[in-house]
Amino acid sequence: MSNPLAVLRVFALVLLVFALTMLVPAAVSGYGQDSAAGAFQFGCAITFASAMLLWLLTRRHVDELRVRDGFLLVSLVWVLVPAFAAVPLLHFFPAMSFTDAYFEAVSGLTTTGATVVEGLDTLPFSINLWRAMMVFLGGMGLIVLAVAILPLLGVGGRQLFSAESPGPIKETKLTPRMAQTAKGLWLIYLALAVACTLGYVWAGMGWGDALVHMLTTLGLGGFSSHDASYAFFNSPRVEAVAIVFMTLAGMNFATHFMAVQRRSLSFYWIDPEIRWYVGVMYASVLGIALYLWWAGTFPDFLTALRFSAFNTVSIATTTGFANTDYAQWPFFAPLWMLFLCSFVTCAGSTGGGIKMMRALIVFRQVMREVVHTVHPNAVLPVKLSGAPLPNKIVFAVLAFCFAYMVIIVSLTLLMVFAGLDVVTGFSAVVASFNNTGPGLGEVGPATTYKSLSDFQTWVCTIAMLLGRLEIFTLLVVLSPAFWRK
Amino acid sequence: MKIIILGAGQVGTSVAESLVSEANDITVVDTDPARLALLQERFDLRTVTGNAASPSTLRQAGADDADMLIAVTQSDQTNLCACKTAHALFNLPTRIARVRSTDYVEHPGLFSPENFAVDFSICPEQIVTDYIVKLIEVPEALQVLEFAEGQVSLVAVRAFEGGPLVGHPLKDIRKHIPQVDARIAAIFRRDTPVTPEGDTVVEAGDEVFCLAATKDIRKVMRELRRMDKPVKRIMIAGGGNIGYRLARAIENDYQVKVIDHNKHHAEWLAEHVQRALVLQGDATDEKLLEDENIDQMDLFIALTNDDENNIMSALLAKRLGARRVVALINRRAYAELVQGGQIDIAISPAQTSIGTLLAHVRRGDVAAVHSLRRGAAEALELVVHGDEKSSQVIGRRIEQLPVIKGATIGAIVRQLPQKDTPVFTEVLAEERQYKVIMAHHDTVIRAGDHVIVFVVSKRLVPKVEKLFQVGFNFV
Repeated sequence: MSNPLAVLRVFALVLLVFALTMLVPAAVSGYGQDSAAGAFQFGCAITFASAMLLWLLTRRHVDELRVRDGFLLVSLVWVLVPAFAAVPLLHFFPAMSFTDAYFEAVSGLTTTGATVVEGLDTLPFSINLWRAMMVFLGGMGLIVLAVAILPLLGVGGRQLFSAESPGPIKETKLTPRMAQTAKGLWLIYLALAVACTLGYVWAGMGWGDALVHMLTTLGLGGFSSHDASYAFFNSPRVEAVAIVFMTLAGMNFATHFMAVQRRSLSFYWIDPEIRWYVGVMYASVLGIALYLWWAGTFPDFLTALRFSAFNTVSIATTTGFANTDYAQWPFFAPLWMLFLCSFVTCAGSTGGGIKMMRALIVFRQVMREVVHTVHPNAVLPVKLSGAPLPNKIVFAVLAFCFAYMVIIVSLTLLMVFAGLDVVTGFSAVVASFNNTGPGLGEVGPATTYKSLSDFQTWVCTIAMLLGRLEIFTLLVVLSPAFWRK
Repeated sequence: MKIIILGAGQVGTSVAESLVSEANDITVVDTDPARLALLQERFDLRTVTGNAASPSTLRQAGADDADMLIAVTQSDQTNLCACKTAHALFNLPTRIARVRSTDYVEHPGLFSPENFAVDFSICPEQIVTDYIVKLIEVPEALQVLEFAEGQVSLVAVRAFEGGPLVGHPLKDIRKHIPQVDARIAAIFRRDTPVTPEGDTVVEAGDEVFCLAATKDIRKVMRELRRMDKPVKRIMIAGGGNIGYRLARAIENDYQVKVIDHNKHHAEWLAEHVQRALVLQGDATDEKLLEDENIDQMDLFIALTNDDENNIMSALLAKRLGARRVVALINRRAYAELVQGGQIDIAISPAQTSIGTLLAHVRRGDVAAVHSLRRGAAEALELVVHGDEKSSQVIGRRIEQLPVIKGATIGAIVRQLPQKDTPVFTEVLAEERQYKVIMAHHDTVIRAGDHVIVFVVSKRLVPKVEKLFQVGFNFV
């Protein structure tokens, strides 16, 4: 353990950056004179004051951050920042409990998109904007943002980066300097944001709706400013734009980065993860469309394809938009969609789940064991796009997947223990843990998480945090070995 | 000719051996004095100890007035650097370098005079690999050689009881396959050459060399033996330079297993092959071979560095049921010993790869040289230059040429005149049009023809070359 105060100092800086982002909804509500202006001024003031106070107290402790500090800082940021993000919500909804407000903030920042707020259409624009902004910020990562814009984080930035960004292999540095990489990733993210906003406006959304939905589309969050989600627009054109950008946001941003840097689309084809991601997802779209058509849910194939495409892509990429109550479909279809969301998105994207990369590695490890049984003398490396993976990574991935299963099972048991039926409990855990949002049963696409008890809400909150930080970052900080001198 | 050979390894030694016997002045350079001493003991040549790429060593080796540099050290970098040095400092006219790494070979611009100044680059491992690939494609042949960019093939086949031509005189081949123009270039019966005449009777066990257009070659072979099932499963013992290249070359078309005994190297192999299965173990381990279904293998190819190991593992594989076994054998004595017995084909890497090199060294205009029967005989592809006055062969019928006993003109490859299509000239120049003419007694040789000559003994090569050389008045 180097110096916890130095970690706190960096945390104060990250919080400061976060306070600045809160100025945006504050300005919007101030300009529009809506009822949330007070809430944002209050939230902004508290966050800003806390950050300054913390920074003043710790400003002398300038130390290089070590690997351990990275884990501690990332955990601190992801546990405490949502509390500050929840302040405007608490202030605006006087009846809302801290549990619910914190849940809503975590759900936003982890890009889950599960909500406890009803009557979204009647809320002031600034509140919906703030919910969407949390998704956008959390999508690329708060630390990545801080590394990109704060030069003083340059030292040790790598450790922070790897503790926050998802995926099994983190050695690939896109540029020699970490700050440069973080900037590059955010630039790509912002460029996609502009394109997506224009796309939505072209498809017929108003500018306000376009902005809010763009933020939650690229973050793969799934918050909407309408209770009916995309059914409100009922426009295939809007859905098509959403499908395109959800698909793009589910890819590894490092691949986008390289494709832009070298001006070549071939990177998308070379990357086996993207090939499988697109392949599995769109094959499922087609499969579910055929199934729904065959089961008679929709009278003609094209309608089936439209609804299958939007909802399947939305759930598989862990976004969570819906344009119909797909929980009413024959049970196989929504279950398959939930299954997809647990592994389809790429490492280094804004999506959740175990990631396609890990799924591929586990699959190849299984195949290796099979071949090994037949040929005991065979030498079989696990390869990804022709390059061998060190066994260390394969073991880490296996451990991750094991931890993933154990957590799903134990949290589901906890939910059932707390009185939920199996379908609701299991789907709520899966949807929270994978940062997807809507589950099935009581927490289905047509309802909210409001019906859950406080205890059940906290279980979901923890699941979302564990899912966003890919289990180990939080587990490391909670382990006794971490705190031993 | 004064020739400097850099590197006294396997390739360097066999090049030196071949060239010394053709009356050249050879200087061999190597860093290891012990190896050089051994060479000097065996052959009549000069040796220089030192770094092959350094100017002082090259000067010492006589680079000032040498005619040719053959850089065949272990290291690509040394070979390239030596060529550049020889070009820049000594203005040495012809420079040949062994370049193994495909990384370099893929960029031919690197070899231009202003860069590394390499006139010809060769990769012996690649040549041996190509040679084995052809053997896999034509599993009945003992050897497959191609001339005129693949238009004409020469195959060596062992005649078996049951082939339609076996027990019949050669002229019957016309009756059996009238539409195919083929030549029997030579027959070896119990290792002695038999001059093929129209009434020579083919016996079972004869090693027959047939020449035909590549598309017809299988029909000719069918005359001499029953055809085997095509090869599907192949096991390679030894994943070294050749084993690895071979595995990469064939892994997409066949089921390939590669055995290597070195754990680290096996891991390296497994990382670099795509579909082949890499096994770590000893190729002479009976149990491993049995576990990996050696009895189902169509072909077992032993390619380790160790002759004895290759022979033993090939013999073992054959006994355990592999259909055909091939062994890489460096020592010629061993090769003579085992070929035709339990081991179906013995490949001598030096003799296989040296032909390409020799083609550059030989006088006259030799487009290709192939060693047959591990160096005992040769097949030459000669380009005919000059006109009726300066050349002894142009404008004459084959029956008019002086007879050299043991040398046969097998075929003539004639370049067709290009049609006048100005727009596409460049494209046409790339795909040259050839016509293959089987040599008959009344065939007339023209300027520009490629003549394929079969020589039963290496000693006859100078005579053949002299016949095809352009007279002095032409130069």
